[in-house]
Amino acid sequence: MKKVLWSIISKEFIHIRRDKQTLAIVILWPLLMLFLYGYAITLEMKEIPTIITDLAHNPLSREYVDDIASSRFFRVTGRDIAESEIEPVFRHRRARCVIVIPPSFGKDDPGNRIIQLIIDASDPNAANYIHTYLGTITASFNRRHSGGMRLPFRFEPRLLYNPDLKSSFFFVPGLVAVIIMLFSALLSSIAIVREKEMGTLEQILVSPLTPMQLVIGKLVPYLLLSLADSILVLIVAHVCFTVPMHGSGILLLATLIIYVVSGLSFGLLISTVTRSQQIAMMATMVITVLPSFLLSGFIFPVRSMPLLFQGISQIIPATHFLIIIRGIMLKGAGLAELMPQLGALTLFSLVLISVSIRKFHTTLE
Amino acid sequence: MDRPIEIKALSKSYGDTLAVDRVSITVDKGEIYGLIGPDGAGKTTVIRTLVSLLVPDSGEALFMGRTVSAYPGFVRSHIGYMPQRFSLYRDLSVEENLHFFGDLFQIPRDRQRRRMDELYAFSRLQPFRTRLAGALSGGMKQKLALSCMLMHQPEVIVLDEPTFGVDPVSRSEFWGMLAALSRDGTSVFVSTAYMDEADLCHRIGLIHHGRILAQGTPDGLIAGFPWPLYRIDCENPHHVYTILSSTLPPDQLQLFGSGVYVVDRGKNGLRSLQRTLRTAKIACRGISSADATLENLFLELIR
Repeated sequence: MKKVLWSIISKEFIHIRRDKQTLAIVILWPLLMLFLYGYAITLEMKEIPTIITDLAHNPLSREYVDDIASSRFFRVTGRDIAESEIEPVFRHRRARCVIVIPPSFGKDDPGNRIIQLIIDASDPNAANYIHTYLGTITASFNRRHSGGMRLPFRFEPRLLYNPDLKSSFFFVPGLVAVIIMLFSALLSSIAIVREKEMGTLEQILVSPLTPMQLVIGKLVPYLLLSLADSILVLIVAHVCFTVPMHGSGILLLATLIIYVVSGLSFGLLISTVTRSQQIAMMATMVITVLPSFLLSGFIFPVRSMPLLFQGISQIIPATHFLIIIRGIMLKGAGLAELMPQLGALTLFSLVLISVSIRKFHTTLE
Repeated sequence: MDRPIEIKALSKSYGDTLAVDRVSITVDKGEIYGLIGPDGAGKTTVIRTLVSLLVPDSGEALFMGRTVSAYPGFVRSHIGYMPQRFSLYRDLSVEENLHFFGDLFQIPRDRQRRRMDELYAFSRLQPFRTRLAGALSGGMKQKLALSCMLMHQPEVIVLDEPTFGVDPVSRSEFWGMLAALSRDGTSVFVSTAYMDEADLCHRIGLIHHGRILAQGTPDGLIAGFPWPLYRIDCENPHHVYTILSSTLPPDQLQLFGSGVYVVDRGKNGLRSLQRTLRTAKIACRGISSADATLENLFLELIR
């Protein structure tokens, strides 16, 4: 019994070792994605190209303009354009917003205290940020010029777990979740379909091998490979992006194993119903990777999705693992807080594995 | 003592296509049985059913006296099976492939070593033991596949077109290995599309469109050819065949590379045929009475 299982495991390790190309992709791709998401892709905005049309031209308006120009959010790319030029400016992408200060600014005319902010809202997310940033600058400008008037209150936020609001803290643990799902599902689906495609499955089916031994024998090597891969990504994330590790490493490793198994078993299930490696890859992409990217809360919060998608997100393992990994790494959450998610993941893995063992055809029918 | 292989009225269809139609075959201990027929005749379906990879629609296959569909586990761990396509791991070396199959069949490593030495002597693959299976020549690949299948010393081996696409020298070496196995008591069930390999079998079955047309020893089958047979020895058999088709019933003509055969179903005799040739103004080197070959028999049977 053990020998049969071992024969599959050791053979699979030889495949992994010999296929240098795949091995390189498996190791380098996650790191590449990590650096991409860690450095290049960020939700913060700075240096927003801005045009300011100052029609007042008095000391007060100049002070306001200086406030804007000296912030790192806005970069003034033009000044004093005519109203008719605003749309062409947006169309040529020379600016994302235009600030118009009226001629009456700073004069004691209560009817004319409105500064116009025209935003190119074709990117609604960016439009939101611009609005918020200018609001903050304006608020502090107003405070300075309120003439010592006592404000009723002021609020002071305290940011926990990610005080600098680094998006890499948010992305990197999430990325680990997505990468693991991608590789575990992809590797395991290809591992069995390759045997079908090469005809080797027909040969090893006529042997004492049981479906359970074949499935477990395929799982173990890729479990170890995926685990090594994720630990590598976590170490790089910790060292290069200073993503903190507040919780227990052992707990994280244990949950990682459960999560990897859920990904591997997804792949196994796909491999039992597909015949070519290419179809298996496509199916894996569509069934596991896309949902993990889009519906798990990796970038977009689950709570703001339509109800249908919220429901779907609950059957995506990545959704649960994201809560777990962000909880452990950023908040130092323990076993007790993560029980529901861990339970869901364990259930997933068990159901998927038993379904794929049962669905595994031991004949060529 | 139970027969190694006994196939009884086996039928199997894929959708509307009847692939195997009431096939019955028995193989005795130490016998080489050849299932011979063209591509698509149903050879692979018979073999896959025999090794439990397919389930028959009706009829049954017995392996060592046990119904295959009821004891797939027993069949799979005792039979030796070599599929039609090369089915070893190309990225594993000769030795690694052998060890893999040894482990798969739960053979202790020390016995594997001894077995491998025997198999190396048998197949002469020793010098290539570190070479990747994918880098072997066609003939060596098949020898390796045979060796892998022999790691667990099965008493019954089933091979699906093992010599397909293999060069003539390797083919004859391969058959030499099968003959040696049979001498040692191994029962061999082998399929092939090459008629000339029939003589290397103890008994054969001719299969076409899923049906067994005839079974027996190669010599016995040929001796049973029912009609006189003549061979027209000529430069351009194709040309002769075309002209003769218009004067003689086409089902009496068999076109071969070496000449045109005439099956004298009306028993008109050699002279009558010579007259026909003269009338049709066909130039030929000679006409002679010929001994039937298996190919003549096969073409006659599928008529």
